[in-house]
Amino acid sequence: MAEPHTGPGSGKVRVVIVDDHAMFRVGVKAELGDAVDVVGEGSDVDTAVATINKQQPAVVLLDVHLPGGGGVEVIRRAQAHDTKYLALSVSDAAEDVIGTIRGGARGYVTKTITGPELVDAIKRVDSGDAVFSPRLAGFVLDAFAGSIEVASVDEDLDRLSEREREVMRLIARGYAYKEVAKELFISIKTVETHMSSVLRKLQLSSRHELTKWASDRRLL
Amino acid sequence: MSNTPTLDAPAAGRPDLTGGPPYTFRRATHDTQDRVIGGVAAGLAAHLNLPVLWVRAAFVVAAALGGAGVAMYAGLWMVLPTDEKFAEGAPGLESASRRGARPRRVRRLVDAGPAIALGALGFGLLLIVQGFLGAGAVFWPLLIATVGIALLWRQADEAQRERWVDSTGRIDPVRMVFGSGSWQAVARVVAGALLIVLAIGVFALREGQMSDVYSILLSAAVGFLGLAIVIGPWIYRLAGDLTAERAERVRTQERADMAAHLHDSVLQTLALIQKNSQDSALVARLARSQERDLRAWLFEGESKDSDTLAGAMRTIAAEVEDNHGVDVDLVCVGDCPFTERLRALVNATREALVNAAKHAGTGKVDVYVEVTPSSIEVFVRDRGVGFDPDDVPEDRMGVRGSIVDRMDRHGGKAEIRSTPGEGTEVRLRLPREKSEEEHDG
Repeated sequence: MAEPHTGPGSGKVRVVIVDDHAMFRVGVKAELGDAVDVVGEGSDVDTAVATINKQQPAVVLLDVHLPGGGGVEVIRRAQAHDTKYLALSVSDAAEDVIGTIRGGARGYVTKTITGPELVDAIKRVDSGDAVFSPRLAGFVLDAFAGSIEVASVDEDLDRLSEREREVMRLIARGYAYKEVAKELFISIKTVETHMSSVLRKLQLSSRHELTKWASDRRLL
Repeated sequence: MSNTPTLDAPAAGRPDLTGGPPYTFRRATHDTQDRVIGGVAAGLAAHLNLPVLWVRAAFVVAAALGGAGVAMYAGLWMVLPTDEKFAEGAPGLESASRRGARPRRVRRLVDAGPAIALGALGFGLLLIVQGFLGAGAVFWPLLIATVGIALLWRQADEAQRERWVDSTGRIDPVRMVFGSGSWQAVARVVAGALLIVLAIGVFALREGQMSDVYSILLSAAVGFLGLAIVIGPWIYRLAGDLTAERAERVRTQERADMAAHLHDSVLQTLALIQKNSQDSALVARLARSQERDLRAWLFEGESKDSDTLAGAMRTIAAEVEDNHGVDVDLVCVGDCPFTERLRALVNATREALVNAAKHAGTGKVDVYVEVTPSSIEVFVRDRGVGFDPDDVPEDRMGVRGSIVDRMDRHGGKAEIRSTPGEGTEVRLRLPREKSEEEHDG
């Protein structure tokens, strides 16, 4: 109990996999291999919440579509304040993805992601960063389209700064964080800061597009 | 009086009556598959668990004895529902039936043999009865009218069956009467109507003169018209409700058909994968292609129609995936109508994708399409072997001709960045015209 987020002595990230397809859970577990410590699984909202409450994992791989109210419901009901959620889905419907992010997930990757990429994403989420797949970056750009002004203040929740926009565009083009940093002549740390800022705006903004997406899913 | 206590007893003494499994009533139907006239005998035989020949014989005998069989048959035909209800078979089979992809029941002459024999027997019996009793004034007209009505009712059954499989979702008055409009349907209706008119005519001729025929036909027509005026609006409203309901059913069926089709192709893919399990590249390609189809149907609701730019891009991405065995990750931000002017951009994108698929040596290409009010930008990126752009020989048509020159010709710009060992990125940019901007919602 002294160190609830890492396994006893292993130092590996403790992960819970939540997905209603048993075959997929097995597949993800195999792909993750020894890189992380899979401490539990959940197949629907109830079992997921129970497992998360018991295990207090560092990261939960969360399916967007889940019997019992979807992945969002797990985030809402689980009593694990330090646990971070990474949405993992085969559904690319914008409203579901945005809804899960607004529900509290710190990133979104598609199920076709390769093993090493997934491990990297888990570590990134565990260390407090945001994880944007190209598709999520595309959704973000769509949602925040239009009203950008060069002079706009970074603190405005309803728009992206010019820099954040550039970062998002590069992510959407398939650039890795490192490559984004190199392309924009900034440090990886700065890229990460921009990403977190975009994630925060995504979660807190009351932009019409976002609230519409969310209200379609009754997530407000 | 003495019954009263026992009548009360079940309520008090057996309260668990409702707890048992509910008794489901078996409903008799008239059989639309195996039938001679209306399928009543076949349906009844199935319901009573009797050989169909017995039932038919009973009807014929009853008909010969004063026509009771005909009345019974007609009554049952009217009240018994058809067995053509919403199909409740396996979804794939239902869908195949709706698309007409399954073999149908073939009717052979042998099946009709007993029926023909019974019919001949019945007719003979009729003649004998008539011979003994003498033909009344109403006998022949009644017989003719009965055949006419039977023909019309038969067509009504047929039309009802056609409506279940109607895919247009609208009520068509012609369709209501004639079903799918085959010559048999028209022949049945015309013959039925003619026979009824003939019956009225024969009846009138026997009773009186020719002028009576006209007045009887006229009064029948007037009566029909009056009836139509009285119940017309009611039928019209009913038809409206029915149309809405049918439209919903057609939508549901279309969805079910699409689902069945998809599942079918999943089955085919799985079979192919089993046979080619040693060819990992093919397996991956099959799986990818199938995944794309399923995903598009389950979640996206995006059409692959090429009437928007994003749709056109999705189409070529899918094409390159299938033909070259690479994963194409396409992200579109914004969209606009697909015009002739954008064709060059889409073709250049396809060329860039094919190049990446052939030369990059990785299985993955990222495509990013962004539509802004002033321009359209496309980025095609791979993390493959890359090359030195200065080293590309002038005769390498792919890059020079298909991409750079094509974009130049259409007022756009293409830029190729590549670093050996790190990959290649093709950037395409096409300014938008004023008219296109106005189109953009």
